[in-house]
Amino acid sequence: MPDVVVIGAGVVGAACAYYAARAGLSVTVVDQGAVAGGTTGAGEGNVLVSDKEPGPELDLASLSAGLWSDLAAEVGGFEYEPKGGLVVAETPEVLTALTGLAAKQESSGVRAEVVTPEEYEPNIARGLAGGVYYPQDAQVQPMLAAARLLHASGAQIRTGVRVTGFTRSGDRITGVRTDEGDLPAGAVVNAAGTWAGDIAALAGLPLPVLPRRGFILVTEPLPEPLIHHKVYTAAYVTNVASEDEGLETSAVVEGTPSGPVLIGASRERVGYDRTVSYPVLARLAEQAVALFPALATRKVIRAYCGFRPYCPDHLPVIGPDPRAPGLYHATGHEGAGIGLAPATGLLISRVVTGYSGQPGRPIKSGANGRSGPAESGGQLDLDLFPFRPERFT
Amino acid sequence: MKYDLIVIGAGPAGMAAAGTAARGGLRVALVDSAAQLGGQFHRQPPPELGGGNVRDDPTHERLGRDQSIEQAIQAPAPRRDFLRLRDRLTGVDLHLGCRVWAVEPSFAVHHDGGTLTGERLLIATGAHDRVVPFPGWDLPGVMTAGGAQALLKGNLVVAGRRIAVAGTGPFLLPVAAGLAAAGARVVGVFEAARQMGALARYPAKLAEGAGYAATLARYRVPYHRGQAVVAAHGADELAKVTVAKIDDGWRAIRTREIECDALAVGYGFVPQLDLPVQLGCATTRDSDGSAIVAVDDQMRTSITGVHAAGETTGVGGAELAELDGIIAGHSITGTPLPDGVRRRRERARAFARLLHEVFPVRDGWRDRLRADTIVCRCEEVPYQAICDAQALGAVDTRSLKLLARPGMGWCQGRMCGYAVARLAGEDPPPPRRPIAQPISLQNLAAYPLRSTNDDA
Amino acid sequence: MSGFEIVFSGRPIPVRPGQTIGAALHAAGIRSWRTTRINGRPRGLFCGIGVCFDCLLTVNGEPNVRACLTVARPGDEVTTS
Repeated sequence: MPDVVVIGAGVVGAACAYYAARAGLSVTVVDQGAVAGGTTGAGEGNVLVSDKEPGPELDLASLSAGLWSDLAAEVGGFEYEPKGGLVVAETPEVLTALTGLAAKQESSGVRAEVVTPEEYEPNIARGLAGGVYYPQDAQVQPMLAAARLLHASGAQIRTGVRVTGFTRSGDRITGVRTDEGDLPAGAVVNAAGTWAGDIAALAGLPLPVLPRRGFILVTEPLPEPLIHHKVYTAAYVTNVASEDEGLETSAVVEGTPSGPVLIGASRERVGYDRTVSYPVLARLAEQAVALFPALATRKVIRAYCGFRPYCPDHLPVIGPDPRAPGLYHATGHEGAGIGLAPATGLLISRVVTGYSGQPGRPIKSGANGRSGPAESGGQLDLDLFPFRPERFT
Repeated sequence: MKYDLIVIGAGPAGMAAAGTAARGGLRVALVDSAAQLGGQFHRQPPPELGGGNVRDDPTHERLGRDQSIEQAIQAPAPRRDFLRLRDRLTGVDLHLGCRVWAVEPSFAVHHDGGTLTGERLLIATGAHDRVVPFPGWDLPGVMTAGGAQALLKGNLVVAGRRIAVAGTGPFLLPVAAGLAAAGARVVGVFEAARQMGALARYPAKLAEGAGYAATLARYRVPYHRGQAVVAAHGADELAKVTVAKIDDGWRAIRTREIECDALAVGYGFVPQLDLPVQLGCATTRDSDGSAIVAVDDQMRTSITGVHAAGETTGVGGAELAELDGIIAGHSITGTPLPDGVRRRRERARAFARLLHEVFPVRDGWRDRLRADTIVCRCEEVPYQAICDAQALGAVDTRSLKLLARPGMGWCQGRMCGYAVARLAGEDPPPPRRPIAQPISLQNLAAYPLRSTNDDA
Repeated sequence: MSGFEIVFSGRPIPVRPGQTIGAALHAAGIRSWRTTRINGRPRGLFCGIGVCFDCLLTVNGEPNVRACLTVARPGDEVTTS
């Protein structure tokens, strides 16, 4: 019997498996599809601190950004690029808001500098009001990252296996039922992304995780890099936090090690509808060209969509579920799941191995923004209270 | 202006459907990415090269002292069945040289020069060569059989001086015969299949094959069954190939090397489903495992107002495609089908199924792959990277693509899709390509301005 | 219409009117005109019908044009992509 069964072989499940294994636990990972086959497989690989307001999610992001850097050294093989992010403002008013946000973020340990955009991106449109550069922003290849973490965890990976229910002893969760038989486990981690609500429902628990669709355009491979950092407009930050059901788009543009430029980002709440919306693709193209005029004649060769798992309060769900002892959730990261995965996995491994769920010491921000290991007194690296699953009941 | 019908693809299926619908009184647009009518099978050279002139069989003049083969090749006469299809297109608006990148419901057809709108749609986008990787297949001089044929028929250029033709299927015969008649030295046809006796049940088809065989005999082109090209060699261009006798599972038994500067290779065809999948048309499997558009006996797809005809509904050759197109055209206009069409179509469909049986692709081609053999030409993914991705947990075509990048490049998996799927142990999934042709960001950004006003 | 020439990397290439750039290069004995971005391998025509994108080149400054689909015009300046 494994110590832990992780439901979901995306990047969050992979990180949970990795850190659980590192804590000495034996792990089995089940997924209805393939490794990185869900939202992870549609992700850009953002590891961002720049797009978050000060608060619990930014604390999580800061912890995670440092862990990604560690994982690149410990595990590697997933194109970790600490390339930095450049957020630009089109108007003086937006720039004022952006620099105000940056100042608040700095007090939470984020490094940010007000810069002239064209000094960082020679090909960017002229006439922008200004920008803020975030050196801690990075990018990974999310599918490889998930696969490498899973591989490094040594976990047993069971893909194409659907979870159909839970085994229980009283309230306590003692394992999962699957279409290939029961899997008893000491602990079960629900890292099923957009499907996590359905998994929770199998245990009779409400967990309002819903899909928020996004499209990405992929250009032809460019022989020389046209874009050096992750670049986006300040409107992205407000869109991420928006309550609006309707379509929102903002330009998010970045190059990749393999040559193509990735262009996002759109947000729509349309369920799991995969029908391609060409007006959305057109808006993404228009905004990207406005930001980088040299892209105008570059060709789009591919477009695809994915579904971000979001919760109504835009915070992830991380931690033990007091309504069903033995069950832990690690989901609801919306568009930040790649970035937040390591911290999520680390925290889950901590609580599974008996660390206290109470507020621990604050994140230690070193010169590189990393937190130190929380070996002292079994305290958590950060407070899980804002992410508690039962907040929705 | 909204057309009653937009036909995408001007091969035999699309031409037959467009002609039938136009004669039934509909306003019809016929769209194709090529500048000439005909598609792959009836490919015509442009008028400047003599296309449309009526002359005898494809041939070349006696070479003059300083004349190259290319200067001597003459445009062949169009086939009578092509002329008949062409002559029925009176009243059809031709939109040739238009590359369709997206189709939207009810119905907007976006191409690189604008947007057409129509009440109904017929998709007849045909097929392209199915290829499998082998060492050296990315060397210049190695071409698809269809590519060599297009070079000859559309441009009057032979692919090389000494050409090997290899793969499987009846299409290899006209390719080899055409190249030989045009003056190339065809060093051999290497057909993987061995048993072809079942084809004797179709005397007319047998006679067609015999005609090509006679041409091959005239030019002393050997036709080898149960053999395959298993490797191509050369520094920067093809210089020779390794040919093997193969067993029923396609494993190589005995090899020899043959010098040649060109190889035309094809293992059947892959239906082009980008547009029907965009529209959400239901797909099914042909008897060879290919994903095809599901149609009823009227050639209607699962989406109201959308018909499909020809190779997109199952590879079966020009005659079947034309009959499909006629049936679709009559279904769209609501006119009665001429006597005998349905019976002829059933027979052609049965023959197509037989061809899949006689000329299967066996997984033994995988034995030729070495660690450094390129599987995905665009992203230059070697076989080793496929194996590594499998070791990392890739269990299907999509996860192989996500972890090792095959199919992520320019061609979007059109060339490597079959091979990657078989390496993943499955038949190729229907292709999801929302952008069916590369489009510049500025043209994509201009989409709303050119979008249809009447489907809002 | 009689033949004309295009220029490939400084070299004149004869064209029969109506031929594609790829066909004209092939007929002139030039069978590779691009090197791949990872391994630097030579590429030319492969599928010949616009599907594989192996034959990309630059025509009159426009990069990534499919040689197999693009009909040659008198005076075209063609370089490797």
